Amino acid sequence: MSHEAAAEGRERAEEDAAAREDARPVPFRGGGFTHRRLGPVAPIVFLAIIALWEVGSRTGVISPVALPAPSEALGALADLVATGMLWKHVGASLYRLSLGWVLGSLLGISAGLMIGLFSLARAGLLPLVSALFPIPKIALLPLFIIWFGIGEGSKVATILFGTFFPTVIATYGGVDNVDRNLIRMGQSFGLSWLSIVRKIIIPGAMPAILSGFRISASIAIVLLVAAEMIGAETGIGAYILMAGALFALDQLIAGVALLSTLGLAIAWLIGRTERALLAWRA
Amino acid sequence: MQLILRGISHRYGGTNVLEDISFAVGDGEIVCIVGPSGCGKSTLLRIAGGLERPDEGEVLVAGKAPDGSLNPLTYIFQDFALLPWRTVAGNVSLVLEDHGIEAKKRRAIIEDVLSRTNLSDFSRALPRQLSGGMKQRVAIARALAVKPAIMLMDEPLSALDSQTRELLMDDLVALWQRERFSACYVTHNLAEAVRLGRRIVVLSRRPGRIREVVEIDMPLTERPERLVELEKLQRQVWKIMREEAREADREISDVA
Ligand SMILES: Nc1ncnc2c1ncn2[C@@H]1O[C@H](COP(=O)(O)OP(=O)(O)OP(=O)(O)O)[C@@H](O)[C@H]1O
Ligand SMILES: [Mg+2]
Repeated sequence: MSHEAAAEGRERAEEDAAAREDARPVPFRGGGFTHRRLGPVAPIVFLAIIALWEVGSRTGVISPVALPAPSEALGALADLVATGMLWKHVGASLYRLSLGWVLGSLLGISAGLMIGLFSLARAGLLPLVSALFPIPKIALLPLFIIWFGIGEGSKVATILFGTFFPTVIATYGGVDNVDRNLIRMGQSFGLSWLSIVRKIIIPGAMPAILSGFRISASIAIVLLVAAEMIGAETGIGAYILMAGALFALDQLIAGVALLSTLGLAIAWLIGRTERALLAWRA
Repeated sequence: MQLILRGISHRYGGTNVLEDISFAVGDGEIVCIVGPSGCGKSTLLRIAGGLERPDEGEVLVAGKAPDGSLNPLTYIFQDFALLPWRTVAGNVSLVLEDHGIEAKKRRAIIEDVLSRTNLSDFSRALPRQLSGGMKQRVAIARALAVKPAIMLMDEPLSALDSQTRELLMDDLVALWQRERFSACYVTHNLAEAVRLGRRIVVLSRRPGRIREVVEIDMPLTERPERLVELEKLQRQVWKIMREEAREADREISDVA
């Protein structure tokens, strides 16, 4: 019986170990290079930095002219809430960001799929993408203002263009990396072209597309602030610009904190999406 | 259904890969293709199933596919080719979805083929949770779901350990006994070839030509008991292949 065999084996091993006094454990060296989920670490780091900063300000190590204390920034934030301006600024920013990012991503994924699937699109569009990607979209803002107006149009367009190019590149790279054998399998079972694209190519490119989202979302936030600094009355960028002009540093810090929170929230959302859509990978 | 290859030649760039290959796979017959590595076996099989166009020659099928056959020429791949994001049942479902079968009937087919390959308990598992042998059984289940008339198998057991290979080989034989599909079976394992093949097509080194065709007129069921005779056949095939390998070796040392 296996039970007995196991017991016998253990006995033998113990005897062998006892017989040799120089028997020693094999050192473990397989650690590292994997990630564990350490939930509380991130908030602790955050809180520690803020606490240090607050202590520095209170004791006078950090001059209030150079950097206001976190508590002052919190006060500015409380003012925003009290006057009801918080939602106005954040709401305007969220609207521009989500509209620009969603449109840019949808167009980017479509263009990326075309480049990935059709030789003609690849020959025609890829050089264009390579030529336009490196242009800082903010440099084009005056142009967008002329085309789309000083209002929402130009801001959304800036974010849209900024999101579009990284998404195109992530998507077609993802399509190129789909296992050719899987596509061949689909063909060998007579799947239609559309089925192969929908059921094999797009899911296969999904990891790359989602990594692209992380990059394009950050670019979108940077462009949002920049665009709101030109000709906007509401929005987090406008609020920061106004605070800077008045040297109201507490408000400036409060605005920056709002941006960071926005960035964190988006990263969290993308992380959730990845875990839901790419559960098959883990 | 019969599969007939006539005068197949193929080139990749400047190199001839296949030269004038002709043979036929009869109704319910298993033809094994063996040959040195790189002689174009996989290419030949891709051409046979219409996944690649030969430079010369043609591939024909004759006869009627069995009733309800959704995909008469069906592959089983060496690397299984399962979609990692679909469950076992989902992978089988994939090949049925384009045929407009109603959901209830589709579920019944999936259940049937999974039980025939002893996978019923794993229908909701993802490929990464399965061992190699189980993955290949999923691929076999997927192939069975479309009721193939001719199976095209490219080293289906090569990625598996030898024990799993034995077990799966028995499964294949049992399956063939029941379904009597025709098959083109590429392998570099001569034991598999003599165990399964009604005929063994031995290809030469690249460019692949037919070097010899060995007939084995022995029912599959009798083969496990007549190992001595099979051993002899296997040695005979090996002798042919060894000459090929020797010559290839000599060519390489000439170049060096
Ligand atoms: N798509 C391709 N483009 C160019 N050359 C190719 C292509 N596919 C195969 N070849 C070449 O054709 C030759 C035959 O390849 P093939 O894969 O058919 O050989 P094989 O007999 O299946 O080899 P193995 O036993 O290693 O599986 C090889 O030299 C290979 O490098
Ligand atoms: Mg091969």
